[in-house]
Amino acid sequence: MGDPMKIRAAIVGDETEVKVLMSHEMETGQRKNAKGQVIPAWFIQNVTVVWKDKTVLSAQWGTAVSKNPFLSFRFKGGAKGDKVIVTWVDNRGDRRTDEALIA
Amino acid sequence: MTGVRSLGVVLALAIAPAALAQSSTADEIAKYRAALQDGNPAELWEIRGEGLWKAPRGPKQVSLERCDLGLGPGVVKGAYARLPRYFADADRVQDLESRLVWCMVTLQGFTPAEARKNPFGNGSAARSDLEALTAYVASEAKGVKMDVPLDHPRELAAYRVGEKLFYYRGGTHDFACATCHGEEGKRIRLQDLPDLATAEGARAAYTTWPAYRVSQGELRTFEWRLYDCFRQQRFPELVFGSDAAIALTVFLARNANGAPFSAPGIKR
Amino acid sequence: MMRYAKLGGAALVAIVVPGCASAPGDERSAAEAAAALHASFRPAGQVGLERLDQDDTQRACSAASGKPPPREVAAKIEAANLATVRYPADGKLIGDWKNGEKIAQDGRGKQFSDDPAGPVGGNCYACHQLAKSELAFGTIGPSLYRYLERRGNTVETQRYTFAKIYNSEAFAACSNMPRFGYKGILSEQQIKDVAALLLDPASPVNQ
Repeated sequence: MGDPMKIRAAIVGDETEVKVLMSHEMETGQRKNAKGQVIPAWFIQNVTVVWKDKTVLSAQWGTAVSKNPFLSFRFKGGAKGDKVIVTWVDNRGDRRTDEALIA
Repeated sequence: MTGVRSLGVVLALAIAPAALAQSSTADEIAKYRAALQDGNPAELWEIRGEGLWKAPRGPKQVSLERCDLGLGPGVVKGAYARLPRYFADADRVQDLESRLVWCMVTLQGFTPAEARKNPFGNGSAARSDLEALTAYVASEAKGVKMDVPLDHPRELAAYRVGEKLFYYRGGTHDFACATCHGEEGKRIRLQDLPDLATAEGARAAYTTWPAYRVSQGELRTFEWRLYDCFRQQRFPELVFGSDAAIALTVFLARNANGAPFSAPGIKR
Repeated sequence: MMRYAKLGGAALVAIVVPGCASAPGDERSAAEAAAALHASFRPAGQVGLERLDQDDTQRACSAASGKPPPREVAAKIEAANLATVRYPADGKLIGDWKNGEKIAQDGRGKQFSDDPAGPVGGNCYACHQLAKSELAFGTIGPSLYRYLERRGNTVETQRYTFAKIYNSEAFAACSNMPRFGYKGILSEQQIKDVAALLLDPASPVNQ
């Protein structure tokens, strides 16, 4: 169970803008520690955002995404008070789900 | 992928006479930094810090909610902008971080060594509670005007010592703080340097710490900034919460008086 | 108040530091600052607390508090530092500019986080413009681009250039520039290589 995400969702015209700050090391697997050993890759592989049982965003991430990633996107629809649910799964199988209400 | 921040942001370097190309490099970097302001990972430390402030912890299983940061027990809002200052109970001028250590020891029963351990985090395996608490308390002073007191004789003495230390040349390279931060309009490589001996420079710089340092992947505090400056000055290791650290903080924070506090920020 | 600048136990030149105590409060702050300093640092890596001890030049320049020192004091500082310059025994002052560029780009060395056996650089680009192609340069020091054209390639220039890198305060009291040779930061060969970066007609600094 990873660290909590910070999610903000707000109506912009006829769309909802969602901003998510995730806490994750996003280790590329290319770095070496002081002893010269490779630090194993550890990164978010999948991100899913659900609104009203509909998947409004589905992403596959790789090691180009930096530590503590910030995701910002818009989807058509949404009303104040609706729930937006964000889930990430990383390459170790660890996952985190958080939700926020559209402001 | 829309709007996902990656460290591989492309900097547009103009192919032009060197001077023009050189200033457009700095401009592009400034644009990159502006783009980073949204979704500042410092918020993750603020959230964790608020949790640590409110949770019962330590041998006494008490929260920090009775900790007096200068505005009365438990008053967090605006406190950072009024620090460092003299505290009678500790009989010492304290910055936020040494005050947090004080409260962790006196209220929660931690030993000083326990409270002071791991001041600078290193990844999710070695998190710093002090950095998280500092981020939280600092965030509660966002927008508040810097108002560091200089009424008590010990506060005045600390300011004067801080000023002396600012100009103290030493180490293999003869560096003082003033070597890099004592002149207007200078930069190291492409990093602009504030003139910290002036109100203008101190206001611009001091009000942006603590900050998420992208290159570190961590939230870094003003104690860290001093520690890392001295490391690069080829000095030995600055002790966390030491007299020199606090004196310099008094000097710089007081010089910043009048400016609105804007941290936690985000930096390269 | 007389102090003696020492190098390896041999007293060199006395630097008179007049007016140390301009006011009792100032003297007290300086004493408190020195005490605070020694209580506030711990040794780490290759760096011991002796790094906090000041020589006379550092002490005089600290007392100036960011302003240029009075002319008489400045002259004494410059004389004392000029006396420390050790020109190469083989008489060759110019080395390899390609190595000089590497030294100018390298900011490592002498920090407590550095490997004591590792390379030590001059970090020249931190403060100076040198080769035109390097856009990431600092402005704490003047631009050195086209150094040869501006200074000429005489023996005097070569000697000045070597000495300036060896001990910058021989020519500018309280200069911000480290005293690379005198303080043992760069080796004699490294200083020759940086001099070559500035004076070799083939160097990118002079293109």
